Amino acid sequence: MVEGGGLDNELAHGFPYLPFAEAEKTMSEIPSGLKYTKTHEWVEELHDGTVRVGITDHAQELLGDMVFVELPEAGGEVQAGQECAVVESVKAASDVYSPVDGEVVAVNEQLADNPELINQDPYGEGWIMQVRLADDAELGELMGADEYAAMVEAEEES
Amino acid sequence: MARQTPLHALHRELGAKMVDFAGWDMPLYYGSQLEEHLRVRECAGMFDVSHMTVLDVTGTQARRFLRHLLANDVARLHPGQALYGCMLDERGGVLDDLIAYWLDEGHYRLVLNAATRDKDLAWIERQCRDFEVAVAERRESALIAVQGPQARERVHAVLEASGDAAGARTAAALKPFHAAEIATGFVARTGYTGEDGYEILLPAEAAPDFWRALYNAGVAPAGLGARDTLRLEAGMALYGAEMDETVLPLEAGLAWTVAWEGPDGTPRDFIGRAALAARRTDPALRRQVGLVLEGRGVPRSGQAVQVDGASVGEITSGGFSPCMKQGIALARVRGAAFERAQVLIRGKAVPARVVKPPFVRHGKVLV
Repeated sequence: MVEGGGLDNELAHGFPYLPFAEAEKTMSEIPSGLKYTKTHEWVEELHDGTVRVGITDHAQELLGDMVFVELPEAGGEVQAGQECAVVESVKAASDVYSPVDGEVVAVNEQLADNPELINQDPYGEGWIMQVRLADDAELGELMGADEYAAMVEAEEES
Repeated sequence: MARQTPLHALHRELGAKMVDFAGWDMPLYYGSQLEEHLRVRECAGMFDVSHMTVLDVTGTQARRFLRHLLANDVARLHPGQALYGCMLDERGGVLDDLIAYWLDEGHYRLVLNAATRDKDLAWIERQCRDFEVAVAERRESALIAVQGPQARERVHAVLEASGDAAGARTAAALKPFHAAEIATGFVARTGYTGEDGYEILLPAEAAPDFWRALYNAGVAPAGLGARDTLRLEAGMALYGAEMDETVLPLEAGLAWTVAWEGPDGTPRDFIGRAALAARRTDPALRRQVGLVLEGRGVPRSGQAVQVDGASVGEITSGGFSPCMKQGIALARVRGAAFERAQVLIRGKAVPARVVKPPFVRHGKVLV
């Protein structure tokens, strides 16, 4: 009946979506140099006794567009496994759990006005907090990239 | 196994995030839900709503039957016109909300929700026994909603390019809330976004090509996520959220859909009328209000609404408004009128301003 592509292409100019053939789903990114938690946070060692924490690409993909981030307080204490922040997407609010014990030395203030940074650059501009480790031995308990990738794969299959 | 619409393969091809909705495997979003929402407000977007229940009611007593079945009055319609209304039970509770189209003498079309299909069909079959009518479900069809300020012209272009120039002209002449049969299918100038546009019912086998043609004409695919935030901004009720069998239409901002009198001004009867009439002035009735959050945060359904620390009701639908960049909500509340309230979001009372929905219509913020 209607042939695809039979219309003037100028109409489609500026269209934000990829053509059908290119719109294939991409795998979520899991950088090899980071540590990961079961609850989809990442940890980057800054080698000065502090770490950066954020949520993974897979997590932001599951949550959808971010619209609001409740940041921890700089100077406050966080405990491994305890809630430290809330990320709220178009779908729902989700707790972020601190992967480590320590003191919050910095938070990403940019997220207050630009929560979408978590979607756009989850491992970079979308970081959530920087923590001075109470005990750097505990990083050993976190997952490496391969282990996290296997966990994500297993979750997706179930 | 979840049911699939005739457009299912295209959603997968476009990389949609799929979710189960009322037993159907449906697209939640394709890329960014916020972008899809804004695309509809500013330009044109399309939704696969083939999961919805489409019923044709035919017969010499079709009008009499629908006047009995529905709380809004199909006798108000002229041929080709549509109305929105509720189907009530005897207690006045809302069984479903729907759009009824009068196609021609003895032929109406109803579009009902997907989640309520089995209940609706059982109810309608029971109610129509004493009427000379036949009820047939259109299961072989696809339903595509094309919405946004540029939606209609893009549909016209696609119709013309596909050889249905007459259909394009017929569609272009439709007034809001009117519908017509064209060669391509059934085209209605209705929707659920607060924007202009069409809902187009067409044969399942023709739907994928039509969708591709719309896509190539610059109509953005949009998922159920954007559909929900668009209808929330438009202040439109969602069955199961704003109303169900335990809620009277009067409590869900839908008093305007209850036709107490016929076109001649005399009282008319319909299922649920007696129960509804008995409670029409009941001070215990709840009412719907709109809320705009003044603090940061996103209101969600089920959260308590408070005035001066006392609970007055709860959020029925809430979310982040992409157009207003604020949390907005519909709430069902009781008691005296108030202008300010607080929404209890994860233990925090966040201030909100009371408004009369809609929040956004035709691309403009109204509150």
